[in-house]
Amino acid sequence: MYRIVTKRALHETVTLMEVEAPYIAKKAKPGQFIILRMDENGERIPLTVAGTDPARGTVTIIYQKVGYTTRRLDCFNEGDELLDFVGPLGTASHLAGMKKVAVIGGGLGVAIAYPQAKALHDMGAEVDVIVGFRNTDLMILMDELKDASTNLYVMTDDGSNGHKGFVTSALEEQLKAGKQYDHVIAIGPLMMMRAVVNLTKQYNIPTVISMNPIMVDGTGMCGSCRVTVGGEMKFACVDGPDFDGFEVDWDEAIARGRMYRTEEAESMERKACNLLNVDLQTKRGGN
Amino acid sequence: MPNMRLTKLPAREQDPNVRNCNFEEVSQGYDEAMAIDEAKRCLNCKNKPCVNGCPVNVRIPEFIQLVIEGKFMEANEVIRSTNALPAVCGRVCPQETQCEEKCVRGIKGEPVAIGRLERFVADYAMTHGAVSAKPLPDNGKKVAIVGGGPAGLTCAGDLRKLGYGVTIFEALHTPGGVLVYGIPEFRLPKQLVRDEIRILEDLGVKIETNMVVGRSITLDELLGEEGYGAVFVGSGAGLPRFQGIPGENLNGVYSANEFLTRINLMKAYSFPETDTPVQVGKNAAVVGGGNVAMDAARSAKRLGAENVYIVYRRGEAEMPARVEEVHHAKEEGIIFKMLTNPTEILGDASGHVVGMTCVEMDLGEPDASGRRRPIIKAGSEHVIDVDTVVIAIGNSPNPLIKNTTPGLNTEKWGGIIVDECTGKTSRDHVYAGGDTVTGAATVILAMGAGKTAAAAIHEELSKK
Repeated sequence: MYRIVTKRALHETVTLMEVEAPYIAKKAKPGQFIILRMDENGERIPLTVAGTDPARGTVTIIYQKVGYTTRRLDCFNEGDELLDFVGPLGTASHLAGMKKVAVIGGGLGVAIAYPQAKALHDMGAEVDVIVGFRNTDLMILMDELKDASTNLYVMTDDGSNGHKGFVTSALEEQLKAGKQYDHVIAIGPLMMMRAVVNLTKQYNIPTVISMNPIMVDGTGMCGSCRVTVGGEMKFACVDGPDFDGFEVDWDEAIARGRMYRTEEAESMERKACNLLNVDLQTKRGGN
Repeated sequence: MPNMRLTKLPAREQDPNVRNCNFEEVSQGYDEAMAIDEAKRCLNCKNKPCVNGCPVNVRIPEFIQLVIEGKFMEANEVIRSTNALPAVCGRVCPQETQCEEKCVRGIKGEPVAIGRLERFVADYAMTHGAVSAKPLPDNGKKVAIVGGGPAGLTCAGDLRKLGYGVTIFEALHTPGGVLVYGIPEFRLPKQLVRDEIRILEDLGVKIETNMVVGRSITLDELLGEEGYGAVFVGSGAGLPRFQGIPGENLNGVYSANEFLTRINLMKAYSFPETDTPVQVGKNAAVVGGGNVAMDAARSAKRLGAENVYIVYRRGEAEMPARVEEVHHAKEEGIIFKMLTNPTEILGDASGHVVGMTCVEMDLGEPDASGRRRPIIKAGSEHVIDVDTVVIAIGNSPNPLIKNTTPGLNTEKWGGIIVDECTGKTSRDHVYAGGDTVTGAATVILAMGAGKTAAAAIHEELSKK
């Protein structure tokens, strides 16, 4: 069992947890992920490692309440235990040799982009961080990102922070102004990563993206996470999750991400009362 | 006098049209009277050819004689002295090519139903409170087992009995390997696998789940700071192969591993009561001709697919699946499309499978495997309407341990190279066995390899 030692809402739909998992805390590197399962009938869901504290033996995860499992996860509190928590899975990001980097994060992807930016910053690289949110209410990790970057550019879809636009507009502005990057790292929704790649291709800047496909085991056993990269079949769980963004078949990846939409909706609907019960118990101070 | 009936006593079975809608066990085995009746067919041969046919050398005539006398608990002890998982073996071993193939009764008529008798004895003992044998006193030496499948469980049991401190490191959340993620409930109830594993735990075997050796911990760390004197690698053949034809990444295309893992390990047959879904659609095609293909096809049928096809490029005689599995699949209404090979999987605008283009094959001269080589029949291209495709054409060893263990020699296709007599690898104190060495094979061969390695590890460590 894996105890939750910290739970903190970053905003209404995004939560941070620190979970006791000493082996993973000792080993995990930026770019790697864990798989957790809450209880006996639970799904195995992959979540990127957002940070570690080897001394305390904890692993930080940040999740967005989008489906049944993440909503159920949010019913767990500090002191509760998760049934399964396995990792670190996937290949760590290859950051060595990067000197001038733009790290781009969108939405929850910001939580995953942060450890990469921090690692690069700690290595002494010049790191421009460009992040985008729908509005100011949804911003996360702003202080952390500031500390981990040379320049921080924050965009909002609605312009509520005074910078209206997508991350790509901020990146394009920098590139047009003559800013040179040896690498771009883009992490976020598939649509965002594809838009970044379409832009960086024009400037021929090597671009690393991080895939977050549907997985079951996460150890290379099932192939659920397969993605076409450079015309070849790759498994994101072992060959990735980082890939060369120029080579990814985005249409296929987007279609595969939608495979269980009907079932996800069914799960939410059929178990809505279930969630409500847990919610109520939680609010009553139980659980 | 032995019972000279020429045929095996059939086991009780669920009716095909009832069972193809449920996940309960197909075969219900023998009762006591049936077991005694079948046991009496054994001639108790002096030279015991059946024992040599068994990869773990179960003392077959000996336990069968005890069954005749109604001494089922004693029979269980005889089996368990060499076989750590008899309730599993009695169900999934290919007895027809092992012990039963060597049975003298098979020369004229059918061999003794050794598998069914083994199953009966193991089940009887489990429900009548069998006590596991006491291990020898702790000898203070530790052995790590990588992978909690048949090879690892067997190796762990044998070493624990000899007094070693044994820890199994299992990557998934449940030990059992292919017994829990691969073989369906209707062929091997998971409760039974749990019971077998609990017997090992009662013996003192420790099991660490959620430990991916190569990621959570490396083999060198196990031998170094973790203080294990030897490591046995039984990590299986978990890497699914695909055909390399267009359309394999469409939604609705599964590897057999994924399809079966969702159903067996994650209990997708109870979705949405359980949280993991699986899609079977109305028409499902399973590509391949092995036991895994049969398992996938029969699972798809049970999950409500109206038409389930086995698509196999050779003929029925060449299928690697057990005859019994093929027979069961046919009874349940699986449609066999033999000498048929897929060339492309077709999708709709949303990226979901809508059909599969196939060609028909003729059989030519035997190839390297000794089976007749399939050749494409000109002008035979046709499309099968399907909305689910399961690719069951085999698995390779997972490269994770190879990639994270310097000096561990492997074959080009990924199999760990070992000395067959000991299971010893190119690395000191590291042994391996089962599918990670042989490529996908059978539960019992993996168990045999686990046994061999346990003996060799004991020999190495007892010298120290």
